Amino acid sequence: MAEQTSQREPILQVRNLKKHFPLTRGVVFKKTVGAVKAVDGISFDLFQGETLGIVGESGCGKSTVAKLLMNLEQATAGEVFYKGQDITKLSGRALKEVRRNIQMVFQDPYTSLNPRMTVGDIIGETFDIHPEVAPKGDRRRKVQDLLDVVGLNPEYINRYPHQFSGGQRQRIGIARGLALNPEIIICDEPVSALDVSVQAQVINLMEKLQDEFNLSYIFIAHDLSIVRHISDRVGVMYLGKMAEIGTDTEIYDHPTHPYTQALLSAVPVPDPEARDGRERIILSGDVPSPANPPSGCRFRTRCWKAQDKCAEEVPLLAVPERFRDTDSGAAHESACHFAEEKDVVHAA
Amino acid sequence: MTTAENTTPLLEVSDLHVEFHTRDGVVRAVNGVNYSVNSGETLAVLGESGSGKSVTAQAIMGILDMPPAKIPQGEIRFRGQDMLTMSREERRQLRGQKIAMIFQDALSSLNPVLSVGYQLGEMFRVHQGLNKKQAKAKAIELMDRVKIPAAAQRVNDYPHQFSGGMRQRIMIAMALALEPDLIIADEPTTALDVTVQAQVMDLLAELQQEFHMGLILITHDLGVVADVADKIAVMYAGRIVETAPVKELYAQPAHPYTRGLLDSIPRLDQKGQELYAIKGLPPNLLRVPSGCAFNPRCPKAEDICRTELPALAAVSEDRGSACHFWKETLNG
Repeated sequence: MAEQTSQREPILQVRNLKKHFPLTRGVVFKKTVGAVKAVDGISFDLFQGETLGIVGESGCGKSTVAKLLMNLEQATAGEVFYKGQDITKLSGRALKEVRRNIQMVFQDPYTSLNPRMTVGDIIGETFDIHPEVAPKGDRRRKVQDLLDVVGLNPEYINRYPHQFSGGQRQRIGIARGLALNPEIIICDEPVSALDVSVQAQVINLMEKLQDEFNLSYIFIAHDLSIVRHISDRVGVMYLGKMAEIGTDTEIYDHPTHPYTQALLSAVPVPDPEARDGRERIILSGDVPSPANPPSGCRFRTRCWKAQDKCAEEVPLLAVPERFRDTDSGAAHESACHFAEEKDVVHAA
Repeated sequence: MTTAENTTPLLEVSDLHVEFHTRDGVVRAVNGVNYSVNSGETLAVLGESGSGKSVTAQAIMGILDMPPAKIPQGEIRFRGQDMLTMSREERRQLRGQKIAMIFQDALSSLNPVLSVGYQLGEMFRVHQGLNKKQAKAKAIELMDRVKIPAAAQRVNDYPHQFSGGMRQRIMIAMALALEPDLIIADEPTTALDVTVQAQVMDLLAELQQEFHMGLILITHDLGVVADVADKIAVMYAGRIVETAPVKELYAQPAHPYTRGLLDSIPRLDQKGQELYAIKGLPPNLLRVPSGCAFNPRCPKAEDICRTELPALAAVSEDRGSACHFWKETLNG
């Protein structure tokens, strides 16, 4: 019992997080004329040992969220609590300490590794910044262990990034992320640059490492099938806000937000027999500019259910009232005034 | 007469070889590829990076840089005429008017310093000799056709003023301008978000129907292929390893590589267990393994696979598999 409650203690709590990038005009006399609301008030929890997937289209703010969680961008407002400490307010030594425990794996293994450094130096560099993790004489052996853990030959320690394939480079990126024994790894599109046959290898490796080291992942991606595969819970973002969040079954099999439904219905399923059986929701138009988002619900300009209320009132992310006391899959948080369950993934 | 016309495919590639002469040696990017497309038909060419799928397309379009590329043997017949033996001028007449191409990255395929209207109109000015005003009117008509809102107002805008999906529509408009018989689309939606991808693929399918065009869709996305293709050619290390009608390929692959690919993708409609992963890496084309190029990664490989190159064997009338053990693979 005690163990169960401790397991459900969130390791990361994000509350009303915002990032607005100012838009300025003028060279000498700079004047702020507006702001790009890249992330505009999102909240979620991350628990020990789980994977939270974040999906959304380009420009929805998912990568900005990753940078905010690492404190690589200064938040405009809101809090990110890591073990009770608000990391958006930290600096200096305290921030360095927290960053040891929150690491990141980047999208493009071709540009995120310094081409002039050997693999040993790339991974070992983390120990220069955090010498308490590995004493000096021990580092080379530690790097070789890490290479072994991610399935690379430890003898490759003196090679340069260009001597590896894309999948192998992403393994190096993962080894670097693991070097400091972090608790949380934020993965921003970790497999989207890889070939299909290599993607599965890297996904399997990440799952194995999660079990082995009890890691928590925030897995940001635009590929909805991969996110379902790896995630315990999934959050769907649209234009800087969280539209819907729930367990993988709740989101994929019982989506209640129209945007989630449109997004899922647009994913082609690798089954030609299902070609005509699935309903396709084709959205009209493009995503509005985050500098000037629509009033009320941000999705209303493309939503087929939109009514006057949607323009006036911002829908809150909450369990819709009609599902609140049911045990249906639709009983999860959704930011829609007219939330309604609709299965768009399975063929009729 | 009419029967002969009906049996000649729109485009037929036979025994095509393309090699690149590099400092490190000869890279054989395409090694005896055969495929054909008919009017109104969609052929999907599926493969990973380095499989030779795009090089084949570039050879068909005649836009390979030669040198370093070289086509030592093979034929590419458009309505029965071999394009490789044509004069440059004859070939140029076909390109754009009869065969058009849509590229993956619309932003880098469009000229950033010319308005989209000018670039669309260029097709008519060059090929049909229209004047500026007429060409512009045609450009607006085309933009309407690919459903770009407020086409008349946006015709003078520059590529950067359009979103990714809209830019890809402009690319499609440009390819369609002269109502070609064949369109080659090289990863047309890879750079796009899923909802936009759905819009663009829908549009492409609609226009293909309308003009009864042949379409060669080059992609690595098994989902997109399942959605739109009639038949599929799977490429690996410069060769076609399997060809089949779309439903049969997904239901019962006859090559271990195809099977591996299908097993390694996660599903949207169910939460699977551990993913099947094809071991190893795609081969370096400078050092393609002897025998079957897939043998070091294949779970079924035996001695014969390391020594003898499997030919594309007929699995049924319209299916082929280049595997020594296709029968076993077909039956699971």
